[in-house]
Amino acid sequence: MIEYFILSASSFSGDIDNLFLVITLIIGFWFILVFGALVYFTLKFRRKDGVKAEYITGEKHSETKWTHYPHYAVIAMDVVIIAANIIVWVNIKQTLPPKDNLIRVIGQQWSWSFVDAGPDGVLDTADDITTVNDLHVKVDETYHFELQARDVIHNFSVPVFRLRQDALPGRTIKGWFKPTNTGSFDIQCAEMCGYGHGIMGGAITVHTKESYDETIVQIKNGTYESHYQKRMGTKTPLPSNTSHTEGHNSFAVLLASIF
Amino acid sequence: MSQAAAAVETGIHAEHHEDLNFLHKYILPLDHKIIAMQYIFTGMIMAIIGGYFAYAFRMQLAFPGELVPGYGLVGPGEYNMLVTNHGTIMIFWVAMPVLIAGFGNYLIPLMIGCDDMVFPRINRLSYQIFLVSALVLILSFFVKGGGFGGAWTAYPPLSSVAEYNLTDWGSSLWVLAVALEFISFLLGGINFVTTAMNARAPGMKMMDIPIAVWFIVIAVILFMASVGPLIAGAVMLFMDQRIGTTFFLPSGGGDPLLWEHLFWFFGHPEVYVVLLPTLGIVADIITVFSRKKLFGYKTVLYTAFATGGLSFVVWAHHQFIAGIDPRMANIFVVTTVLISIPLAEMMFSYIATLYGGSIELKTPMLWALSFLAAFLIGGVTGIYLGASALDVYFHDSYFVLAHFHYTFFPITIIGMFAALTFWFPKMFGRMMNETLGKIHFWGTFIPFNCIFLPLFFLGLAGQHRRIYNYQHFPDLATQELQNIRIFATVSLVVMLLFQLVFVYNFFVSMFKGEKAPDNPWRANTLEWSTSSPPPHGNFKKLPTVYRGAYEYSTPGREEDFWPQNVAPE
Ligand code: HEM
Ligand SMILES: [Cu+2]
Ligand SMILES: [Cu+2]
Repeated sequence: MIEYFILSASSFSGDIDNLFLVITLIIGFWFILVFGALVYFTLKFRRKDGVKAEYITGEKHSETKWTHYPHYAVIAMDVVIIAANIIVWVNIKQTLPPKDNLIRVIGQQWSWSFVDAGPDGVLDTADDITTVNDLHVKVDETYHFELQARDVIHNFSVPVFRLRQDALPGRTIKGWFKPTNTGSFDIQCAEMCGYGHGIMGGAITVHTKESYDETIVQIKNGTYESHYQKRMGTKTPLPSNTSHTEGHNSFAVLLASIF
Repeated sequence: MSQAAAAVETGIHAEHHEDLNFLHKYILPLDHKIIAMQYIFTGMIMAIIGGYFAYAFRMQLAFPGELVPGYGLVGPGEYNMLVTNHGTIMIFWVAMPVLIAGFGNYLIPLMIGCDDMVFPRINRLSYQIFLVSALVLILSFFVKGGGFGGAWTAYPPLSSVAEYNLTDWGSSLWVLAVALEFISFLLGGINFVTTAMNARAPGMKMMDIPIAVWFIVIAVILFMASVGPLIAGAVMLFMDQRIGTTFFLPSGGGDPLLWEHLFWFFGHPEVYVVLLPTLGIVADIITVFSRKKLFGYKTVLYTAFATGGLSFVVWAHHQFIAGIDPRMANIFVVTTVLISIPLAEMMFSYIATLYGGSIELKTPMLWALSFLAAFLIGGVTGIYLGASALDVYFHDSYFVLAHFHYTFFPITIIGMFAALTFWFPKMFGRMMNETLGKIHFWGTFIPFNCIFLPLFFLGLAGQHRRIYNYQHFPDLATQELQNIRIFATVSLVVMLLFQLVFVYNFFVSMFKGEKAPDNPWRANTLEWSTSSPPPHGNFKKLPTVYRGAYEYSTPGREEDFWPQNVAPE
């Protein structure tokens, strides 16, 4: 159901969408049942002159079964939900599949910096590639990320991947994703981080092997045009005067344009 | 203990019930009914401020960058401040004072049949501190740098370092206001529990206490047991802000996650603190208007205890992806999903109460039933968020936002209107207009759903919270999504306009409404056995209780109700 609203573009986004569907079916059933009973009773048992209400204490077994049996069914379905959830969760958050690439993601007020470990797969070496607000990755390859924050708490969020993870100052948090569709998508900051939280975005571009290599060459020889900026430039159908005159925005864009 | 309480009580008796001048009656009252009104009116004024903030930032979302009529330009800093203080106000200065302090104060002594709270002076002090806390909060909007904008959860280091939040004194006054409010409710809470346990009318056994009183008492116990760690946290936060300690600052050896744990250890029970009073009020209203005994009184009571107990072991479901050990999440998933068990049982009991009833859809009943319907949506959508793997996608999205407004709006706003329309005759001695009441009901309930149902879909589409202008996120800047935002905002404006109907009805009925009889709804609980409004001291002669609160349509009786204080023939 989620995929109806937003593209599903990572190896685990399908699992999350399916979990959503399973839970929807279960709670949808309960919702219709309980809501139906509420509406039906309200309509059926309207006051009529001369008719007295029934006297039901709800303490005899013959009566309590009406709330107890549904109640046992709730417990059974809770078990299903918990089990389904743990399977998906363990896969996403408790296991790190073998990596093809390593990146470092750093949140700061109010921009994202990305360091790709490059071909040697080791961070802080000469072949690292650094970009701001613009992340380039290859399709169908597993990425490990090391998430950090320089000042306050941020949250690295890529909705099409169904990925959100807080970035805490003073810690490095590890995680992974594996893109399955090419294209350019939003990166958000999904934790309140101050004045510029509302502009703290970025772009992630998922490349095929060829276009990835091309982009890296452009980045290295300085002919590169930020995808984030391109997206911001072309897709802004909403009217706004605050954002264009607002100082912090141009700061982020300025940073992005350096690379 | 009971001796001491009795001594205190007689102490009050002597000085308490003679005629008082205006100052002592309305400004410095000891009478629980007047203190209750002070809380309720203060809460309603704060609700207007909180609603006005919602209006301002929703207008900005629908028409980004345009001047908001009646507010002005909402820039990024302003937006954060509005959202933060909207949330803070609605929870701490509306839900808490109106439902717990206001109706708790009004109902506890009347429903248990005593003449006042056990500690009237503490009661007065509690309101005065509360008032100061509200003024401190309002002051914080006007200091240099403006009000605090770091979200109502106030995560450090953003909230603790002025260079990060850019609202130096705004942040400190915010913390101070919240801490003062907690102190006020701690004082009030002691009073509530003591009164309900020690001052009950002769004959009222534990299982004869109306559910509304029980639930308010459980709520304040939850509050008192959970708030301690957060008061400590607030003091540490204040010290980080003002004297440069580093409790929450990693560069000084502190840890921001510590605050998250302290905050949510309180924050989760807090949602049940505000939920329970409304659930109790709703239980009383549906029994009266369906002329039915509450289905399974004891079961309902025990489910409330179970919910309250469980609410202490679920807090980390707010932190699934906050950087805690992922293995820990599994435990909190189990406890969180388990909460559905007592709450579902309670919901089933409420609905079973309607079965075989003789239902009259008076305004308070409409509010009570709509509470059940809306809270049902809030409750079932909570299951999604209790599943940690879905939280990986939904954390800080509009899905969360829509979910918790489907719990908080019914609790706070619907609950408040249910209680006000139901007890209005008792409080002011006059009836409210039914037709206007129903217009106001539909004019609130329908737009409420039009505001918040669409927000679930924005959440599914990936929209994250606390963003003043979505045009910075091309995937969210599409016209379809913008149309949804506009629809929600227009619905809000419609809903706000309908509140004028209530204001008119409320004040005109207060002075010109039809005179209310003592027991207009033919209800059983003790507050209906005294005059409307009750005199100073509540009862001419303190009542004796013979039975539980829910003897409606008892077989073998002519009348379909049997007040608690009527002696058996
Ligand atoms: C009057 C109708 C209301 C409307 C239209 C409304 C709307 C909103 C919206 C749109 C937001 C999110 C803004 C954003 O994240 O950008 C929000 C936040 C919030 N609202 Fe409401 N709300 C209403 C009533 C309430 C009530 C009654 C409560 C609680 C008792 C409440 C509690 C909150 C809280 C806690 C937040 C989160 C604040 C934060 O992010 O720090 N709201 N509201
Ligand atoms: Cu951020
Ligand atoms: Cu942010």
